[in-house]
Amino acid sequence: MLNWGNFVSQLFNGLVSGALLALISAGLTIVYGTLGVLNLAHGALFMLGGYAGFVAYQATGSFVVAVVVGALFVGLVGVVLERLIVRFFYARPEEDQILVTFGVGIVIVELVRYGFGSLSQSVQAPVLVSPIVNLGFAIYPEYRLLAFAIVAVALAILYFVLYRTRLGMVVRAGIEDSQMVDMLGINVQRIFMLVFGIGAMAAGFAGIINAPIISVTPNVGDDILIECFVVVVIGGVGSFPGAIVGGIIAGEIMSLTSMFNPQLSQVMLFAAMTLVLVTRPQGLFGTR
Amino acid sequence: MSKSLDLGGAVSRRAVLIGMAGAAGAMALPEIAFAADYPPLGTFPAGQAGDSVFVGIDVPLTGTYAAAGADEQKGIELAIEHLNSGDDLIKAISPKTTKGVLGKTVTSSAADEAAKADIAVQNATKFVQDNKASLLIGSVSSGTAVALNHFAQDQKVIYLPGISGSNDTTGKDCTRYSFRSCFYAYSTSAALAPVLIDKLGKTRKAAYLTPDYTYGHTVYDSMTKFTEAGGWTTVTNQLFPLGATDYSAYALNIANSGADTLVVIGFGNDAVNSIKQAKQFGLLDKMTLVVPYMSPYLVQQVGQDLMAGVYAGLDFYWDIGDKFPLAKQFVDKFEAKYGAKPEWGAHAGYLQIALWADAVETAGTFYPPEVIKAYESGKKYADSTVGPISWRAADHQLIRPVIVVQGKKTADMKGKDDFYSVVEVVPGDGIMQDPKAFGCMLGEAT
Repeated sequence: MLNWGNFVSQLFNGLVSGALLALISAGLTIVYGTLGVLNLAHGALFMLGGYAGFVAYQATGSFVVAVVVGALFVGLVGVVLERLIVRFFYARPEEDQILVTFGVGIVIVELVRYGFGSLSQSVQAPVLVSPIVNLGFAIYPEYRLLAFAIVAVALAILYFVLYRTRLGMVVRAGIEDSQMVDMLGINVQRIFMLVFGIGAMAAGFAGIINAPIISVTPNVGDDILIECFVVVVIGGVGSFPGAIVGGIIAGEIMSLTSMFNPQLSQVMLFAAMTLVLVTRPQGLFGTR
Repeated sequence: MSKSLDLGGAVSRRAVLIGMAGAAGAMALPEIAFAADYPPLGTFPAGQAGDSVFVGIDVPLTGTYAAAGADEQKGIELAIEHLNSGDDLIKAISPKTTKGVLGKTVTSSAADEAAKADIAVQNATKFVQDNKASLLIGSVSSGTAVALNHFAQDQKVIYLPGISGSNDTTGKDCTRYSFRSCFYAYSTSAALAPVLIDKLGKTRKAAYLTPDYTYGHTVYDSMTKFTEAGGWTTVTNQLFPLGATDYSAYALNIANSGADTLVVIGFGNDAVNSIKQAKQFGLLDKMTLVVPYMSPYLVQQVGQDLMAGVYAGLDFYWDIGDKFPLAKQFVDKFEAKYGAKPEWGAHAGYLQIALWADAVETAGTFYPPEVIKAYESGKKYADSTVGPISWRAADHQLIRPVIVVQGKKTADMKGKDDFYSVVEVVPGDGIMQDPKAFGCMLGEAT
């Protein structure tokens, strides 16, 4: 389908779907960047956000309530997980961290499956004007445009919190030298708990924002997690701007490749990741 | 006689003992000879040494195909329960059944293969080595079905795919040890295409959304073959990876392709996501949706509105009971146990177990080559849950009908499960390819 109209539509679509990927990846990269924990339960938390939002949506019929409940609930789950499990793993080898978060992810997925079954659940997209809008160059779902705007705002807030507030400064100082920060009288433990909670909340938020687009199933986070890893590796592990740029690059690669050969779109994504790993192993924005 | 009398009591007792041993030997002889005809093979005879036989159920309970896998497992377990209790329904298909199979209770256990071939083979290996399984059953992905076909052939243990739509399952990847009962790419395309051309016209331009593996490829090949012969043109084929969640790029390509018909081949959650997103991108407002190989639970997940008017191919539908009384019996018994109507995966599982029981009872032994011979005898089942059926010896495909349905409008539904009207039950004989057309080479039984 190689024509000018389709090229413009795909370019645009790459940006929108890339932004959604960026949001999901942001939580993963924040937690890794600050706590050094590669959270393999991130996909499960994404899924949990979708379900928490779904339950709230069923109860109230309000999408706004669904988003708030989805994000807050998963943020709370994140805090609880950090206190009960993850904090005991900060000082342990990376393999242990990977195994424990992977295990936590499986437990969450299977608990949700036990409660809701494997059939997918639907959350209706809110409609402002019309479910489908004509952009001139493409017919596009209104909700995806709305989601793009929401994601842009959410990412801007996250950026502000991390780089322009005292909390963000302490977090970044904590990464550099947690002992020194501790000596300055700042409770690093509490900061770490907050960061893990924020990372989880970002996953849950992304889960409910994605719910009207993709069906909510217990395994919805599995495939997403893999794409997130690609995004994070391309952008630079632990880099917040990297997650955003990586997300958009991934979205564009998949959209534009599909014009020539849809079969190759995933292959090209991994090819790009390989290229980055070979030429710039720390990722585009990575510093380590 | 007189001599032994002369030799006294001790010798006499010895003679009697020898005689008894001889007599016992003579009595045991037919059985020894019987067993001697069948050397150990696969899990035979170790798997049948006790008073029970084990069936390994290998289905996806997680991932894209989880819902269909869970339904299939229910059908299989109901059939096993019916075998052990000697239920009338299973006896209607396997008349020699009394209780169990050849008098042995059937036990089973299920393992999750997540629609991944490597996990499916790991599970099957465990079933064969640890449980000495007499039978392996289950699949939703043809990727796992063809892997288990070859595993079964290697291990000499019979394997029955549950859901598997690829032509390859009884085509180039067929094996002597595997038997498929469900409909497949070629048969559903042959059944559906005439209906589509009749109802939708001869000048359609079709776009395909196809999962990128053996199932998707062969459904695409068969659908394009039959629809193009009827005058349709194929404008694009969008191949996506199994388990994809975002279909936006494919939807835009299709929107720009000039298609007026959208053929969705995706299965499980892939079908749900691709149809929902096709709707979100406005494709369903200007294109007619066709679902050649419809996934269990599709309409329940995408909603009746999107499926209204859609033509689709099915293996089994609960509302064919007026045509086939055994279908009604199956649906009633399934509903009594599980509290919901069976989807077609459950039916496929049930029918496979019933037909296996019949083959083993007919063979009179679990020795796999004899069971295979019984399968290959070409026996005509005058009646089943889908009417008359029989096995085709040349490729181990069941000759069975395809049910062409059309989604009802919500207003026309007579109950919450009244999703489709049955357009036609197309008999199996006329919708199958030559058994050698897809390169089937069965391999040896021993």
